[in-house]
Amino acid sequence: MASHRVTPALQRVLFTWQHVAWKSRCCAVASHAKYSTVYDPAEKVHVKMADEAVCVGPAPTNKSYLNMDAILEAARQTGAQAVHPGYGFLSENKEFARRLAAHGVTFIGPDTHAIQAMGDKIESKLIAKKAKVNTIPGFDGVVKDAEEAVRIAGEIGYPVMIKASAGGGGKGMRIAWNDEETREGFRFSSQEAASSFGDDRLLIEKFIDNPRHIEIQVLADKHGNALWLNERECSIQRRNQKVVEEAPSTFLDPETRCAMGEQAVSLAKAVQYSSAGTVEFLVDSKKNFYFLEMNTRLQVEHPITECITGLDLVQQMIRVAKGYPLQHRQADIPINGWAIESRVYAEDPYKSFGLPSIGRLSQYQEPVNIPAVRVDSGIQEGSDISIYYDPMISKLVTYGSTRAEALQRMEEALDNYVIRGVTHNIPLLREIITHPRFVSGDISTKFLQEVYPEGFKGHQLSDSERWELLATAVALFVAAQLRSQRFLGNLRVSSSQQEQRRWELSVELEKGVHAVTVSRSGSTYAVDLDGKRVDVSSEWNLASALLPVTVNGTQRTVQCLSRSASGEIDLQYLGTSYKLRVLSKLAAALNKHMPEKVPEDTSSILRSPMPGSVVAVSVKAGDTVAEGQEICVIEAMKMQNSMTAAKTAKVKSVHCNAGDTVGEGDLLVELE
Amino acid sequence: MAALKVVRSGSRLLNGFQSLLNNPRKVTCGVAATVTKHPRWYCVSHLSVQERIERKRKAALSGGGQQRIEAQHRRGKLTARERVELLLDPDSFVEYDMFVEHRCSDFGMEADHNKDFTVFGGSLSGAHAQKICKIMDQAMMVGAPVIGLNDSGGARIQEGVESLAGYADIFLRNVMASGVIPQISLIMGPCAGGAVYSPALTDFTFMVKDTSYLFITGPDVVKSVTNEDVTQEELGGAKTHTAVSGVAHKAFENDIDALLNLREFFNFLPLSNKDSAPITECHDPSDRLVPGLDTVVPLETTKAYDMLDIIHGIADEREFFEIMPNYAKNIVVGFARMNGRTVGIVGNQPKVASGCLDINSSVKGARFVRFCDAFNIPIITFVDVPGFLPGTAQEYGGIIRHGAKLLFAFAEATVPKITVITRKAYGGAYDVMSSKHLRGDVNYAWPSAEVAVMGAKGAVQIIFRGKENQAEAEAEYVEKFANPFPAAVRGFVDDIIQPSMTRKRICRDLEVLASKKQANPWKKHANIPL
Repeated sequence: MASHRVTPALQRVLFTWQHVAWKSRCCAVASHAKYSTVYDPAEKVHVKMADEAVCVGPAPTNKSYLNMDAILEAARQTGAQAVHPGYGFLSENKEFARRLAAHGVTFIGPDTHAIQAMGDKIESKLIAKKAKVNTIPGFDGVVKDAEEAVRIAGEIGYPVMIKASAGGGGKGMRIAWNDEETREGFRFSSQEAASSFGDDRLLIEKFIDNPRHIEIQVLADKHGNALWLNERECSIQRRNQKVVEEAPSTFLDPETRCAMGEQAVSLAKAVQYSSAGTVEFLVDSKKNFYFLEMNTRLQVEHPITECITGLDLVQQMIRVAKGYPLQHRQADIPINGWAIESRVYAEDPYKSFGLPSIGRLSQYQEPVNIPAVRVDSGIQEGSDISIYYDPMISKLVTYGSTRAEALQRMEEALDNYVIRGVTHNIPLLREIITHPRFVSGDISTKFLQEVYPEGFKGHQLSDSERWELLATAVALFVAAQLRSQRFLGNLRVSSSQQEQRRWELSVELEKGVHAVTVSRSGSTYAVDLDGKRVDVSSEWNLASALLPVTVNGTQRTVQCLSRSASGEIDLQYLGTSYKLRVLSKLAAALNKHMPEKVPEDTSSILRSPMPGSVVAVSVKAGDTVAEGQEICVIEAMKMQNSMTAAKTAKVKSVHCNAGDTVGEGDLLVELE
Repeated sequence: MAALKVVRSGSRLLNGFQSLLNNPRKVTCGVAATVTKHPRWYCVSHLSVQERIERKRKAALSGGGQQRIEAQHRRGKLTARERVELLLDPDSFVEYDMFVEHRCSDFGMEADHNKDFTVFGGSLSGAHAQKICKIMDQAMMVGAPVIGLNDSGGARIQEGVESLAGYADIFLRNVMASGVIPQISLIMGPCAGGAVYSPALTDFTFMVKDTSYLFITGPDVVKSVTNEDVTQEELGGAKTHTAVSGVAHKAFENDIDALLNLREFFNFLPLSNKDSAPITECHDPSDRLVPGLDTVVPLETTKAYDMLDIIHGIADEREFFEIMPNYAKNIVVGFARMNGRTVGIVGNQPKVASGCLDINSSVKGARFVRFCDAFNIPIITFVDVPGFLPGTAQEYGGIIRHGAKLLFAFAEATVPKITVITRKAYGGAYDVMSSKHLRGDVNYAWPSAEVAVMGAKGAVQIIFRGKENQAEAEAEYVEKFANPFPAAVRGFVDDIIQPSMTRKRICRDLEVLASKKQANPWKKHANIPL
């Protein structure tokens, strides 16, 4: 981080964002500026790192971080000469920038007109076209007949997408790969356009197959200079939200990179952009790239660009805001090594790749002891993850001189990341970064749907991994048993008793029961399991959240999530958590006599899958609902989720009203 | 678990294996049947004594026969032999009184010479009382806990007054053993009539869900007397007793779950009142800081939080064996370890009824505190109490008398007492909750603590009745009283500590207090307001 002295005019900078607390601190210090921040009473972590902090009010965000008055007041109180808006919240709000300016406070970001120009989807495309940036070629209007459609498609180049202009989203969309399909698509779409929407216009657009989402970081000053700081590959997404990002992209060659970079810079110049910004592109399988939109703020994933270029973007933004010219030339911008970012979310990845979860972080340890790992977070042990903010826990960034090294570190970092009290998406993250398709770089924005067509189910164990896991659980069980007999002070057992050296046990995983024998020598347990011998050794520190074990010579970090007196052991192994049960041979034999407790029939009961608030209830008691019919809508963390009936039945009772706040598992509606 | 390890006793004549059936009636039948099938048992006189012993053992081992074992299994229950084997370490069970024949052979009991522990399984029916008394006498003599595995149909009517006498003999021993050795009852089947009073007299009563019942009289009698329609489960099932009546302390899913948990629970307890609380090997650093505690108490005094977050945070390995988790949830009690040492934890639960003290929570807390005091287990109290619950229901129910029990229990306790005021400590409830004035050894306040006679709003309404500027007066009151200083300047709290340091401080204090010696004046016994 290049240290740079700022003029007295920028001695105080107000940061109005959470996740980059530590980072902003470093940067502010490096810039010899005082670091102030704002917070709401619910979370106070970044406050500790700040030189001073001002409370801007409680959650929800429209009362705190989105409350312009409060933030302006905070700026006044701290005497800040500049405000860094971070990302999200007010970062792309031109009104906020205007009001700051009126108060004589510098908004660290681009000028208002750039925010406005790029904030409008249609206008930004027009400006991009003018600046000779590739946009998705297409036609929007009345198409006379099928032959005209074929002509238009030919001009655009196959494949093309045809749909009624008035139809929103992907509704009624048809993909044509040749003239014949175009004629057919024209027929269907024009009929639909006329009948469903009463609007003849059709949209024919280049269809981007297997698109990748690749974006270019740009940095511009107020003197007409602009640089491109290489790309970020952000194709791994779910519901249009990024999950894993890397820089550089495995897909781009230097020519494409350069072409994209130059177009991004020309767009920035076209709107007299200053500060850091991001130009997003869709890239097809033939490396054709098309402008999508420009984000006029710092991106969440900016650290990976910092890793490979060595530039501190926040510091650069402060410099630019002050009016300094850029320090670098395009030729100075390197690609050093590889950086990967995983977005760690408080989400349940088993439900449509991530539905929000809330809770209190009862235990929280970031894997910062591993070299070349950076964690940007705004929370700590004891923090509440509430429904009011984005469910992001942290950004986990690893760096390596090669991609393989960065990936290896990411694996290690995910294994050593301790998060208890909320459901998190580490199982999914670890699966993505170790998936052969990801490792080989064969990804697109459809990666998750293609790789997990049935939804994410957690890590699938190979036979040897299963043995490893079973043996680890058994060894842990024995280690805990032995410890529970070690009383200090007065002995409760006769001292002549030899410590047991051999155990006959049974371990259960996913309905499979395995008989095992264990023998101990020192801290190593030899587990005999289905005729295989697995040696497990460890220090067996049973209080630590992390359990480093060596299984048949392979080192692993396993996490013991819970252990119960009745032999249940939950282990997080290879990112995924597994429920195991270890019993003595006798208990296992008798276990078959224990009655199966029948779980409640869930098809007639609708429970909230996550905490949130009820937006609407579409049924009342006595109504008949069809399978799949919407029953109510739950909003959580800025997302609306439609709850549907699992079967066709009559509604017995409704237990929620619009406006209610519900917790995970709360009963919403009962069917008959 | 070695804690349960039993060493074979030297007096081999009394030892032996025998049938371990759990239902006395069935057992009797079982033995009778065996006898009729093998009449030679009694007529073949040339068999050597050794051979006769062997035969009897064999017959005993087969118990009531495979059929009866299977019937028990079909009900989702285990036989007494299986239960005892699960509860104990392998090969450690030895049995007494196998040869007491006509007094039936339906439960296994044993005490061992290792001062370890005693267990009896089976019924409390009159005919077997003598055996139970014998083992309890021995347990008391050597200082070993008693565990009862109860699964019996109740008194045998045909045995008449003899069975009643037998009950009373056991009750007497339960009472004599109370406070001398820990007594635990595990209800694993029906337990009705007079038999219920033995579990009621013991320190802890655990139940198995869906298969165990406790009641004075069953649903049929209830119907004939009060004309109420009620099922066994509703009348005396695990749910009723753990959530409504407070008779049982905890319920477990099934026999195996219950027995394995009992093993775990047993390790928290000393063997007798002469032993100190056990200390196990601990991997959790005693000076561990708990940053989460700094943010656990919300800034708004009206907002609830979970006291269990604090308890889990400070306890070794976040382990907490909660007693009565479903009854009077406004107070949390249970066992944990601090640096390996067993401690009893009492905490107001702000999440339920603001953590106020009412009749049920006072009784729940008082009984737990007295157990800890009787068995040398230090008590750690977390205080966030807005006061006693007002209202006619409470006053008519005798909150004064019941609240006094908790006060009494804390005041008379001589074990190490450490108190942490996390937020509110208002009024009389402040005094009750192990305050400095009741011989608290170390009393801490967190910065969020408010030790006062009452909350700001109520206080201002009384002091400034009818005056204007209530809001201003309220603010002044908050400034003056709603903080830990008034108590701290008077020495009523020893220190104001950072919440994250709580574990470290408590572990250190326990170390110091381990040698605490304190005695109450001599008395026959105190007169707690029952």
